[in-house]
Amino acid sequence: MSDKLVPKIKKEAKAVEDQILKKKKPTMKFPVRSLANVRYVEKAGYFEIRGMKKERTLTVNTVKTFAQTLRMMSLSKTLVETDDIATKREAYYVSKNWGDARFLEQTESDTVMDDVEALFEVNREQMGFAPEEKGGDVSGALVVVDKDPDTGKKIRIDCTQFGSGAYSIPISVEHLQFETKAKFILVIETAGMFQRLVKHGYWKKANCILVSMGGVPTRACRRFIRRLADDMKIPVYVFVDGDPYGISNIYRTFKVGSGNAAHINEFFCVPQARFLGITPQDILDYKLPTHPLKEVDVKRAKDAIKNDPFFKHHKSWAKAMEHLVSMGVRAEQQALAAHGLNYVIDEYLPQKIAHPERFLP
Amino acid sequence: MSGAAAKKVTAGGRRAAAKPAATGKARKATPKVVRLTAADMAEKQREISVSEFFTKNRHLLGFDSPAKALLTTVKEAVDNALDACEEAGILPDLLLEIQEVSETRYRVAVQDNGPGIVKAQVPKIFGQLLYGSKFHRLRQSRGQQGIGISAAAMYGQLTTGRPITVVSKPGPKKPAHRFDIQIDTRRNTPVVVADHEVEWIPEHGTRLELEIEATYKKGRHSVDGYIEQTAIANPHASLTYVDPKGERSEYPRVAHELPKPPQEIKPHPHGVELGILLKMLHDTKAKNLRGFLTGEFSRVSPAAADEIAKTAMLPPTYAPHKAARDQAESLYKAIQATKLMAPPSNVLSPIGEELLLEGLRKQVDAKFFAATSRSPAVYRGNPFCVEAALAYGGEGMPGDELITMLRFANRVPLLYQQSACAVTKSVVQTNWKAYGLQQSRGALPTGPIVLMVHIASVWVPFTSESKESVASYPEIMKEIKLALQDVGRKLGIFIRRGIREADEEKKRSYIEKYIPHIGIALQEILKISDKERDKVCATLKTTLERSRT
Repeated sequence: MSDKLVPKIKKEAKAVEDQILKKKKPTMKFPVRSLANVRYVEKAGYFEIRGMKKERTLTVNTVKTFAQTLRMMSLSKTLVETDDIATKREAYYVSKNWGDARFLEQTESDTVMDDVEALFEVNREQMGFAPEEKGGDVSGALVVVDKDPDTGKKIRIDCTQFGSGAYSIPISVEHLQFETKAKFILVIETAGMFQRLVKHGYWKKANCILVSMGGVPTRACRRFIRRLADDMKIPVYVFVDGDPYGISNIYRTFKVGSGNAAHINEFFCVPQARFLGITPQDILDYKLPTHPLKEVDVKRAKDAIKNDPFFKHHKSWAKAMEHLVSMGVRAEQQALAAHGLNYVIDEYLPQKIAHPERFLP
Repeated sequence: MSGAAAKKVTAGGRRAAAKPAATGKARKATPKVVRLTAADMAEKQREISVSEFFTKNRHLLGFDSPAKALLTTVKEAVDNALDACEEAGILPDLLLEIQEVSETRYRVAVQDNGPGIVKAQVPKIFGQLLYGSKFHRLRQSRGQQGIGISAAAMYGQLTTGRPITVVSKPGPKKPAHRFDIQIDTRRNTPVVVADHEVEWIPEHGTRLELEIEATYKKGRHSVDGYIEQTAIANPHASLTYVDPKGERSEYPRVAHELPKPPQEIKPHPHGVELGILLKMLHDTKAKNLRGFLTGEFSRVSPAAADEIAKTAMLPPTYAPHKAARDQAESLYKAIQATKLMAPPSNVLSPIGEELLLEGLRKQVDAKFFAATSRSPAVYRGNPFCVEAALAYGGEGMPGDELITMLRFANRVPLLYQQSACAVTKSVVQTNWKAYGLQQSRGALPTGPIVLMVHIASVWVPFTSESKESVASYPEIMKEIKLALQDVGRKLGIFIRRGIREADEEKKRSYIEKYIPHIGIALQEILKISDKERDKVCATLKTTLERSRT
């Protein structure tokens, strides 16, 4: 990968230098990172980037960002050439040596990093930048084959052997291999629900792999599940809260990617994912206790129906979302506890798993 | 709380009054109410002397608090002194001394180099309210009513029991006289307590001293502020001020010529009210209506007088003093309906742009000054003229506070009742954002500014006798706003130039700061030499500096 990236960085820098020497104001073209610049391709199964680019010209007003972008490119080149990594936070601290060009907040350096990432259409891990966030927890009928960082020797990690704990997905998952006979992967939004299913050994009963996302899934988490599902050819079921955030932010990003990372959705999506619950219909069918939708929830839902290519494509999803808005309520995963703490294990999940064809796309 | 209590009492009282009418039983309980006959009342009805009126209503004249009393006294004395000097064509030299007698008692002395006062007039001027030269004429002057200095004398007498002392010398060869004068407050007449000829070195002038109950404060609303502002609006005067602590401040003369003397005019018919018209009809010496109209008013030609008479359906030969209320009213309506020339406006004596700037420069240390002097306009038949000046961006002027506003009427600073004044209202209603200042809705603008507004008129319409704020006539507000817009535009140009310069500066510093980093990054990535790097930086710098964005 590095042999591809370094020439790209050099080429871009050379173009800037040439423009300067020709007494022109140099420009760089960045892909637009928003939902407006993606298209949902059902066959491919993810948000594909459209060609929209924004041109940034070096002027008095942009000279600071321009300088920072170039210095970030230089840092990335050094990292790749020396086979090192820097976390986003570390990269922010490296900039403190840049004098006036230093970043004042990490959000500034993150934005420039995302710009550079999009400019070269690679993911930041390939540029030597690592996220701070943790990938997600795994428990169940799975063996992950990893390498010892020092010796390079193969390590077999048995995800059934973590007791009440779990295996933690690493930041980079490209080198991992898998062994499993599980029938499906169950991806869970909250750590609380994950805990309950692990404690009562649900993965044994259902012969499955449990993954906890802890909110919006990280790139590593998405990539891990994608590779696992692709390699082992097993279905992926998603179990999140029945609210606009669980559906349009967590599930949609998990399955087809996001607007912000449009240039890398191809790798960081799980197109085979299906939506187990909680569906708006579940709220009625299972008589779940609810909370009223907040103003932001309604706004998010309406925005998704109107502007999100995924919801525009899947009529059944648009209908479900409208249904939720018309009911004006939301239900959390844990709401099932109203019928008994283990109702979810004894009744809800078995009933659902019996009919995957009824899952929302 | 007291309001609620009062309400209760009134309500209860009303109920008690209503009850007797309803029940016969209660009627017996009312003999306490004594009904007065007209004759009874007549016994109690008598003339109220002006002085008695003042005693009860001294707040109307600006003596409501001890601090304000000191200011009002100084103000009346200084205003009179300046008026006298100017009328006599003398460049004023004024000395003001305030001595602390005790914590609540001060002795005020004001001395001028004016023409002095004829011996026979002194008692009346200082010992009788509503006696003076200014009420019965229309001419731009500081004093208007003839109340001021005698009211101060009366205030002193009421609070300390001391008479006012006046020393006056009408000319180099004439003797100086010293009077101690008291006021018979019931009859509004002066009582001369002492009268001596004295030795006095100045060639001519007047000095008056009076002791009053007062407190002395520092600050903009005090005597100190008043003297400072008087110096701004009167650059032709030289002022010396010795404060109660014995500190001496000198305000030297900046303009060495007297302002153009204002002229007296007769009232314009459109500004006269019916009651005044009636009085004028009875008082006139004119034999017929035509003579009355042309003789007692300005801007009435014989032809215009005939037209008014015709509209009023009275013969031009009609004898004015025979006019009853009906005739006066039809005459009044006829006057209003007749087109007349605007009153003469060259009778005013504005400060003028140049001296406004001089006066302000002398007192305020600022980066930018602007001034404007509008041509005269008319309200209710009275000519007036508005002037405005401002100082912007000085040391010690806070940029995040409301502007400092100085109001003047006929060169006299107005220190109280700022919010009720037409000047304040006009400043608030002017859109200062257009000139680069911040301004909240319904407030004065914010910024390091001293703004000065002067209104000169033959009759400044004050909202009360204490002459602290100008009434909001639409014509006056309009002129003030136009003047403000004029200085505002000048200020706006200056402020925008400053912003542009700051932008240029920011641009230069941006280029200086960040271009080297572009060089460093390119050098790191492309492994170019230091020389090549410097060339890239130099070229880029030229490219950016040449472009305007």
